[in-house]
Amino acid sequence: MSANSVAFAYLIASVFFILALKGLSSPLTARRGNLFGMVGMAIAVATTLTVTRNWALILVCIAIGGTIGAMVARRVQMTAMPELVAFMHSLVGLAAVFIAIAAVNNPASFGLPAVLPMGSKLELFLGTFIGAMTWSGSVIAFLKLSGRMSGAPVTFGGQHMVNLILAVVMVGFGLWFFFSETTNWTAFVAMTAIAFVLGFLIIIPIGGADMPVVISMLNSYSGWAAAGIGFSLGNPMLIIAGSLVGSSGAILSYIMCKAMNRPFLSVILGGFGSEGGTAAASDGAQKTYRSGSADDAAFLMGNADSVIIVPGYGLAVARAQHSVKELAEKLHSKGVNVRFAIHPVAGRMPGHMNVLLAEAEIPYEQVLEMDEINSDFSNTDVVLVLGANDVVNPAANVPGSPIYGMPILEAHKARTVMVVKRSMAAGYAGLDNDLFYMDKTMMVFGDAKKVVEDMVKAL
Amino acid sequence: MIGEVDPTIINLTVFVLAVFVGYHVVWNVTPALHTPLMSVTNAISGIILVGAMLAAGPAETDWGVWLGAVAVTLAAINVFGGFLVTQRMLEMFRKKEKKGS
Repeated sequence: MSANSVAFAYLIASVFFILALKGLSSPLTARRGNLFGMVGMAIAVATTLTVTRNWALILVCIAIGGTIGAMVARRVQMTAMPELVAFMHSLVGLAAVFIAIAAVNNPASFGLPAVLPMGSKLELFLGTFIGAMTWSGSVIAFLKLSGRMSGAPVTFGGQHMVNLILAVVMVGFGLWFFFSETTNWTAFVAMTAIAFVLGFLIIIPIGGADMPVVISMLNSYSGWAAAGIGFSLGNPMLIIAGSLVGSSGAILSYIMCKAMNRPFLSVILGGFGSEGGTAAASDGAQKTYRSGSADDAAFLMGNADSVIIVPGYGLAVARAQHSVKELAEKLHSKGVNVRFAIHPVAGRMPGHMNVLLAEAEIPYEQVLEMDEINSDFSNTDVVLVLGANDVVNPAANVPGSPIYGMPILEAHKARTVMVVKRSMAAGYAGLDNDLFYMDKTMMVFGDAKKVVEDMVKAL
Repeated sequence: MIGEVDPTIINLTVFVLAVFVGYHVVWNVTPALHTPLMSVTNAISGIILVGAMLAAGPAETDWGVWLGAVAVTLAAINVFGGFLVTQRMLEMFRKKEKKGS
């Protein structure tokens, strides 16, 4: 194909990618959107095949990667989606680094001048360091999310200073790379190695509760990495697709930060929740709470007119989504109006709870976002909080509280509140939750799945 | 226009406009589908496959080609894994739709 036909085909593929994202505006059009995405990708790959050689090698590699990808996609548990997404971000990052190294090694194969001009070097530098940081950052996020590494923030003295110095040194090597007349491998490799270390250092101080932000941010990085490589290779396909992904991730990060009422910068600088537990303990006076059994809770819900269920990360951990569905159906058959209230940061990634409830085949008309349902709590009989904590903490309305200003689900306004929790331990914010000590609140201790199953039996 | 425009400027134009399009399209995504949005953008960022294919493409085989081949494999995992897992998730949203009606 001529360069013009290739560029034209890339334009068509780009339009398909835009339509793919547009499709996600409603569950009704979402599947078609995903199909558009696949078509766009097929066009882009087929077009690129016409301008490259080593077809056999490339097709074998695509087949191997595709098989692995398909297997992973089929087997992954819905509760493990955050890990999968983090894992896939890391692959994009690593691929970007490999491509950049290949481009420095043999610029001619990408249609670049044999001696790289400074502009191309700058673009390669950007693509490489974003890619390298995406890779190591995502690996850490993956380890934290999958529980292979503690979710607690890892902090040490002078952390920010160390990061700053490393960043400066990295840019120094970058400059050396730009101004070297021949290909300066020492500078390039040193710069890449530092970027790997930086990605690692930037993610380790970020705690488990901030994972929705981290994962959105890495989503964004993986897009910018692709766009950066697109600039280096002068390839508009990579630039367009990369920018779409980059801006999508950036918007999600923004939404998540807003839902936690935390400035983006403070999430990135990390360390939130490091004093977990101490805040709860320092309260001094022993507050009293009421606890009850699953049977009591079931009785109350069975006699209510309206129930709102607030699911949180605890539901995902206990894999209780299917039991919850049974509970909702049982209540529904008794004429109880059952709905679900989803906080934007419930779970470990944006929209995580919606997917889990969808997996359990809970009709999505019953699943409402915070803004849609918040005004209904005050005339609701029973709120059942399942493994959520900070997102229903009324302390968010108290000036001076660490979470002051964070939008919450107003569970405390309901007539009766029931909280299923493993213990009285504080949530990720390390804060005690006054909701648990209210007169109208009943605590039901135990594993979310077990408790919900007992409730179903009792009904 | 007077003379040739530097390709970098054209790339920058494309980049800025694409960011704007992305920004406006993504704000319309319903929050319930934010997880599928992430997995589908994951698949789309697998577009790096195109770059990887070029890296694996040159006729003279040296180690750069092998590096490109590894990148092709990694990116293909993303493309296939991303689109298929998105499809799987969206199927779940469909089942309910039937039930609801």
